[in-house]
Amino acid sequence: MDHLDKLEAQSVYILREAYREFKSLCMLWSIGKDSTVMLWLARKAFFGHVPIPLVHIDTHYKIPEMITYRDRIALEWNLNMIYGENREALESKLTFPDGNTDRITCCKYLKSEALKHTLSGEWPRYRMDHELKRYVPDEGKEPYTGVIVGVRADEEGSRSKERYFSPRDKDNVWDVGDQPPEFWNQFKTDFAPGTHVRIHPLLDWTELNIWEYIEREKIPVVSLYFNQGKGTRYRSLGCYPCTNPVDSASQTVPEIIDELKSGRLSNIAERSGRAQDSEDGGLETLRRDGYM
Amino acid sequence: MMNGRAQMNIVIVGHVDHGKSTVIGRLLADTGTLPKGKLESVKENCRKNSKPFEYAFLLDALKDEQSQGITIDMARCFFKTAARDYIIIDAPGHIEFLKNMITGASRAESALLVIDVDEGIKENSKRHGQMVSMLGVKQVTVLVNKMDLVDFSEEVFEKLKADYSEFLAQIKVKPVSFIPVSAREGDNIATLSERMPWYRGATVLQQLDGFTSDKQLQDKPFRFPVQDIYKFTRQNDDRRIVAGTVAAGSVSVGDEVLFLPSGKQSAIKTVESFNTTPKQSALTGDALGFTLTTQIYIRPGELMVKPSEPLPEVGTRFRVNIFWVGRAPMIMQKEYKLKIGSARASVKLAEICNTLDASDLSYSKNKHQLDCRDVGECILETSRPIAFDPAAASEATGRFVIVDNYEIAGGGIVIENLSADETLLQRHIRERENNWEKGLIKAEEREHANHHRAKFIVFTGVPGTGKRSIAKALEQGLFGNRLNAYYLGVASIDRGLDADLGYNADNAGERLRRIGELARILTDAGLIFITTIDDADDYDIETLKQLNEPSDILVVNLGENGFSRYHPDLQIPAISSLADAVQAVVELLKTKEIIIEYQI
Repeated sequence: MDHLDKLEAQSVYILREAYREFKSLCMLWSIGKDSTVMLWLARKAFFGHVPIPLVHIDTHYKIPEMITYRDRIALEWNLNMIYGENREALESKLTFPDGNTDRITCCKYLKSEALKHTLSGEWPRYRMDHELKRYVPDEGKEPYTGVIVGVRADEEGSRSKERYFSPRDKDNVWDVGDQPPEFWNQFKTDFAPGTHVRIHPLLDWTELNIWEYIEREKIPVVSLYFNQGKGTRYRSLGCYPCTNPVDSASQTVPEIIDELKSGRLSNIAERSGRAQDSEDGGLETLRRDGYM
Repeated sequence: MMNGRAQMNIVIVGHVDHGKSTVIGRLLADTGTLPKGKLESVKENCRKNSKPFEYAFLLDALKDEQSQGITIDMARCFFKTAARDYIIIDAPGHIEFLKNMITGASRAESALLVIDVDEGIKENSKRHGQMVSMLGVKQVTVLVNKMDLVDFSEEVFEKLKADYSEFLAQIKVKPVSFIPVSAREGDNIATLSERMPWYRGATVLQQLDGFTSDKQLQDKPFRFPVQDIYKFTRQNDDRRIVAGTVAAGSVSVGDEVLFLPSGKQSAIKTVESFNTTPKQSALTGDALGFTLTTQIYIRPGELMVKPSEPLPEVGTRFRVNIFWVGRAPMIMQKEYKLKIGSARASVKLAEICNTLDASDLSYSKNKHQLDCRDVGECILETSRPIAFDPAAASEATGRFVIVDNYEIAGGGIVIENLSADETLLQRHIRERENNWEKGLIKAEEREHANHHRAKFIVFTGVPGTGKRSIAKALEQGLFGNRLNAYYLGVASIDRGLDADLGYNADNAGERLRRIGELARILTDAGLIFITTIDDADDYDIETLKQLNEPSDILVVNLGENGFSRYHPDLQIPAISSLADAVQAVVELLKTKEIIIEYQI
């Protein structure tokens, strides 16, 4: 087995473990490269099927290509695709692009809050109807007790402290200092009523691994990751007001792999194009509060 | 291949302040893994603040940067040598971080144990050695650090080496090597030190590159813990796939396979995987699936093996080593959940043979519980047989964790299978019967007055077969015939008799016991006691049968038969009408002379 085989096998094992143990399970799909690889790994784990609903939090400020891609893949791969949103904040224009909040607060409203209430089932969910080929209100109001998330340990400091199976308490709070032990391949799959567990199948993957795997498996990803001739590409995807491309000539997956291996980007953070990270407290503050 | 570089996880352990961070900082610096200019700027900073430069400061500096979003990771740090890539799993030395250390060390293939030569062997030097051993990290190298503080003395080094080797021998750890180093000064880290001409062994980097990553599991007997059974019928997929990860050995299409503990047999029809070329075989480490040549009913948690190879053990009672990290102690008589391979079972601590206080290595024979951080040799007993290997024979199927109140509270390895002279259940029933206080009415007198005999009727089968409707209709029919039948819904007990158990899955065995105890009381009262159990297996029925004695049990299975050896008294197809199903049970009750007459 080479290193990609090992990473794949471990992620598949984690996904199957989650599917076996959690009655009410969902997978967060941000449309980015990492969670798209995770979605692919689910097809590996379940032999071409994805028996887990995919949840996307739509801030309605996503780069439009992302949404087109999401819906195309959802139909092609027969996904149980669900999205949620913070309608109240959007309607009352409590956002950064509207000039009414700072970036961090905007993330908190449009992402963390929307996510929290979509997962709990308190706010409306919209489900892709495969016959109508459009979204309809979802009947399901059940809270998800297992949430599969595509974070990687090498991405950013706070994520390196995560476990594969990481409990969150009733208020979504993550106690970084007192996490359960993971012995070998036995994870925390039991949880008290009212709490939920986040599951991280990609924890051991690096940015390079992700691209190597995309190349090996020929996984379709959003075109935004590639230089379309202007000498820039997105390295990390988010909302357009807060996400900037990086300078890069890479037009194909092998070129991205070469670029990462060359070390040209080695002193630049992967999320450097994500403006919210550089604000006070940054991602760890957001994550403690339930951000992915 | 795009990137064929090998990877190895290593863990660095040792007592607080014995120099783990310095070793890590050194490894990063000497392998050129640090960001450009980092080393110089930290040195410059130290000079400005007039404090001596320490490699540990490098880690602190990197941590600061990390919080600004630069992708250098501290809980795991990466460096590479010419031979391969390394991931250092940072295992904090403080006792409060024990759970982190376990998590890190159980993923490592090799360990560096750091000891301060000046301070000598400390509590965590021993405790971590013990844990690394239990967690199955086979390749351990001891770094005898801070040799500069003892003038690079060979004598001091040899003394420590002898002392610590003696300790390690007691816990059956055979270190690959001892290396005298000064991490701060860089002696023997990347290059051999001229200040220790008496040492001509490997440097730390040479030693790391010398570790092997191949665990030689491929040639062992085939072990495949069944993680799940998939059938995605709704997606127009008729494959019934047995899914999991090969823990050891290999298997090929056409091979005979045996499932334990159920004992069912079949053969491999296909190897299933997604987006790969078709496979004929599965090797150690592969996470895939199989279809079988015959339709057999198996459950997740079974161990699939090849009958032609050495078989695993199957048992309910076994000797283990447990490392306990729970907030609450592990106590006798309490029910816990055991997870071993893909199997889960209720388990009780039957006996504590001895406990080891890792800090002073003293054994205690008199403990009645395992406290946090105790390592104990114990006897565990599960409520039903499980399949496993002694850890010495097969690691992956000989390791387990124990869940207490939703949390993993302990981990351990199986030493050996023990034959059960008397199981905990048998002892419980013997003691219960010895103390049973009889009334003045005999069973025959009740039968005579009731016009029927007492019976415990259990409806089994997979969920959704209409067991409850039939059970209730039977109760109604019997009652209409003036017979004393009573139906009890399992849900009624959840919030009542079992309210103290919560929704905790650890208590499956206790829930079952209570149903069995109820049956004992109600059949003693002369009733026909009816209940339903989802997806019961042989051992559930055996447990109920024993608990219900001296009265007898009658099992009616609906739909697919999930029992491996047990034959239910009556098998009813899932498609039967309510009336037909009730009629079939009534006929059987008449045949068995439980009831004499019955009118519809």
